[in-house]
Amino acid sequence: MVPITTLHYLVVAAALFVLGVVGVLTRRNVVIILMSIELILNAVNLNLVAFSRMWGNLHGQVFSIFIVVDAAAEAAVGLGILIAFFRNKETINVDEIDLLKW
Amino acid sequence: MHSAATAGDFFFLSRIWLIPLFPAFGAAMMFFFGRRLQKATVSAICVGVVVVAFLFACFTVNDYTHFAHGTGQPFEKIVYTWLGSGDGHLTFLKKDGSAAAFNADAGFLLDPLSAIWLLFVTGVGMLIHIYSVGYMAHEGGYYRFFGYLNLFMFAMLTLILANNYILMFVGWEGVGLCSYLLIGFYFHRKSASDAANKAFIVNRIGDAGFILGALTLVWYLGSFRFTDLNPLLRSGHFAIGDPVLTAAALLLFVGACGKSAQLPLYVWLPDAMEGPTPVSALIHAATMVTAGVYMVARSNAIFVLAPTAMKTVAIVGALTAIFAASIGLVQNDIKRVLAYSTVSQLGYMFLALGVGAFAAGVFHVFTHAFFKALLFLGSGSVIHAMSGEQDMKFMGDLRQRTPTTFWTMFIGMLAIAGIPGLAGFFSKDEILWQSWSSEGGAYRVLWFVGFATALMTAFYMGRLIFLTFFGKPRMSHEVEHHIHESPKSMTVPLVILAICSVAAGWLGVPPSLGGSNPFGKFLEPVFAKEAHVMQVEEPRQLAAGEKEEEHTDPMEYTLMGLSVGAAIVGLGLAWRAYAHAGKDYKEPIAQAAPPLYKVLYNKWFVDEAYDYAFTGRRKVGDVRLGVLGLGEASSWFDAKIIDGIVNDAGWVTRAVATLSTWWDKWIIDGLLVNGPAVLSRFLSYPARLFEWGLVQWYALVMTAGLVGFAVYYVWK
Amino acid sequence: MNPALVIPALAHPSRMAAAFIDSAPNPAAPIATPWFFYGLAAAAVISGLLVITRRNAVHSALSLIVTLLSVAGLYLMLYAPFVAGVQIIVYAGGIMVLFLFVIMLVNIERVSKERQFNRIWPVGLLASCALLALFMSAIQKGKSLFLDRMVQLPEGTNTQQIAAALYGETGKMGQYTFAFEIASLLLLVAILGAVIMTKKKI
Repeated sequence: MVPITTLHYLVVAAALFVLGVVGVLTRRNVVIILMSIELILNAVNLNLVAFSRMWGNLHGQVFSIFIVVDAAAEAAVGLGILIAFFRNKETINVDEIDLLKW
Repeated sequence: MHSAATAGDFFFLSRIWLIPLFPAFGAAMMFFFGRRLQKATVSAICVGVVVVAFLFACFTVNDYTHFAHGTGQPFEKIVYTWLGSGDGHLTFLKKDGSAAAFNADAGFLLDPLSAIWLLFVTGVGMLIHIYSVGYMAHEGGYYRFFGYLNLFMFAMLTLILANNYILMFVGWEGVGLCSYLLIGFYFHRKSASDAANKAFIVNRIGDAGFILGALTLVWYLGSFRFTDLNPLLRSGHFAIGDPVLTAAALLLFVGACGKSAQLPLYVWLPDAMEGPTPVSALIHAATMVTAGVYMVARSNAIFVLAPTAMKTVAIVGALTAIFAASIGLVQNDIKRVLAYSTVSQLGYMFLALGVGAFAAGVFHVFTHAFFKALLFLGSGSVIHAMSGEQDMKFMGDLRQRTPTTFWTMFIGMLAIAGIPGLAGFFSKDEILWQSWSSEGGAYRVLWFVGFATALMTAFYMGRLIFLTFFGKPRMSHEVEHHIHESPKSMTVPLVILAICSVAAGWLGVPPSLGGSNPFGKFLEPVFAKEAHVMQVEEPRQLAAGEKEEEHTDPMEYTLMGLSVGAAIVGLGLAWRAYAHAGKDYKEPIAQAAPPLYKVLYNKWFVDEAYDYAFTGRRKVGDVRLGVLGLGEASSWFDAKIIDGIVNDAGWVTRAVATLSTWWDKWIIDGLLVNGPAVLSRFLSYPARLFEWGLVQWYALVMTAGLVGFAVYYVWK
Repeated sequence: MNPALVIPALAHPSRMAAAFIDSAPNPAAPIATPWFFYGLAAAAVISGLLVITRRNAVHSALSLIVTLLSVAGLYLMLYAPFVAGVQIIVYAGGIMVLFLFVIMLVNIERVSKERQFNRIWPVGLLASCALLALFMSAIQKGKSLFLDRMVQLPEGTNTQQIAAALYGETGKMGQYTFAFEIASLLLLVAILGAVIMTKKKI
């Protein structure tokens, strides 16, 4: 059995990242899109932490903490927008958010 | 004018304009408060104002006799200028091209003619008001009835006292309106409302003639005022037979025909008996229907200048007299007999006017007002006693049970039949004599007509009285049980009218019978001058004023004897046929000549003929004539021709619009407007690929771009 | 969805992680076996797949929690216990509760019965596959760039070191103190923005 190296983590992170991208690009439900963004951020975090392990320093971990902060802020603002939007249009489907088209 | 200087000395005469206002006040009270007033209050107000008007009228006429000193000088009181302007701002062009001021006054004229009418209208009107208190006691709409009666008195007095044709026309229309309202008093009965409509519509025809005649006069002579017209007409400037005056006179006579029920416009009067009996007595016997006579007498100055019109009046009058009398011979409804009798007597009056015996005509109006009102009120009393039954076939033997009614009506019968000593004798004989003697005997054939009418009159009046009061009782037991004499308020007017029916005749006893004819003398100034005109222009024609001298003719006594004989023969025939009538009595005319009876019973089929010819209610074959026919024709014209043109125009418009729509839709909008838009949309389609509003598309493009760049840089 | 259901699911992996930390007395010889890695990686990927395919948003959220916990396990395997803790406490505990609240606020029956994918989903999938291929080829191509070895980090002082990096040691600023303050400002702005947007009337 091959030992687990950084590459393995990168592959997992890439898989999670692509799953997130698929979610963002194909789902209509805004909540799930926001969750997919969390998936993407997690994949990035995993990469950072894996590199941190590879290089033997803590910068990656600190960055991942900043990204967690960023994810929290993004979730708060995104869900706020979602609620305001839902209150006005009674829908949470992203393809119905098309006022800017005009 | 002397009158202007002296009018102020006479308290009542200078306030003559108050006379019509008394009943107007009563009518206004009924209009505004009548619904809330007690019957006793209504009676007090409405009868009270008429009594006051009568007393005021008596004092006014008394004042007038002092004012005129027997000269017949008219008294005129102009209250204000009512129509047009007093200072001549409103002018019109007369026939001769000169300008004249158009104005009509609210002005009042009292001369012997209007004085007579004033007295008997207020007097008879007062009695009938009193009678109505009893007659209408149990009827609904009590205040309404008296309100209408008072309104009628107001209109009639306006008509009589007007000093010009236009104000007269106001009264003329006012009495027509009240007649309409009162005929239709029982408006829930269809026959009553139909009769009211008939009266109103037939009268409109006459009224059109009246107003056209009056306007012809003002166009020709420049004034509506009698005191302007009469001196002008009598000045001798106008030739006898002047065509414009003839036209005016004929038109005025059309008006008189409508209001006074002459051929061919008499048809409304028999139907007018649908109204309450006091109305028949007051409006449709004594006063309103004589308005036509009054108007022709008032216009005598015009008529004497138009011999054609005079002949027309005489012939129409005579024909109406005999025509209506013949129908009256066989009618069974007690009020209808009296209605045809009224038409017939009005015919006598016009006969008198037509032969130039104005005073005799007016005298007959005067006496007729009393005995015909008496007969109508008596018949009302009979109907009252008979619990509403009007058919004489079911009456009989009432003389014991309603003695006052019987005796007063008996006097009325004698009076109308022309028995010497009673009113009808003097007035009718005067007319017959005048028609024999006037204008050198030109109208003698009309005397025969009048004579035959007198015979018929005696017969049908005898028939009425004998069928009602003699013979055997033919009514049902229930009705018989209820027969009773009428209350005092009804019998007292009957008695007063009976006394008048006897006494009125003595006012006009002719010289030939040893009298001085004070009635004729009193009227002489109104008509006298015509004789002068006629003698100057055409000595052969002799008119009213001149005939006094011919009364010594022995022929007059012969004729008098003949007509008295006719009256006695007529009454005798009626006595023989009806005095002992049982339940199965036979009409003598029906037995002698059944077809004639049928024709008479159906009133010569005049109503039917009118329905065919004028109203169009009956079709001639498949065609409708008359008013309805005209309506149908214009409806057809409107539906087929006018609407057809409209529809065709609409079709053309629609076709043009379709074409224009096509052009607009496909060429303008399609090619010129939408074309550039479609083109630019087509051209902009590639740009739209990147801007179609879906956020995820942007992300997708971003991803693809990322991949593309990465691939490009990694594998470069 | 009842938050009480979430808490045991949250608690369970953390107990697992705690047991894992306790049973690793020697940092130099990690006991984590490749099987453990594969298990966590598979859990993360499979539950990630569930996140983007579930019709019901609550199910997606629960799957996301599983993913987050699995990733937290991977952090522990990478000797980053503080990040794992933050992952569990902040992510799985905080953000996901926020998500679940919002799901319940906007959860309407209609949405779950509608089409779940947009009209361009094949294109999106294609692009994502291209991205995956790119990543894979990049990893394949850059294999030589990665170190084979895994540097041992002082696991016991990990939290202390991170704290020093963020807050600085006594008397001097840390390397990331300024960024940390900026991040706090970012959070403040995010809080204000969220409040302003969601309140009906201010």
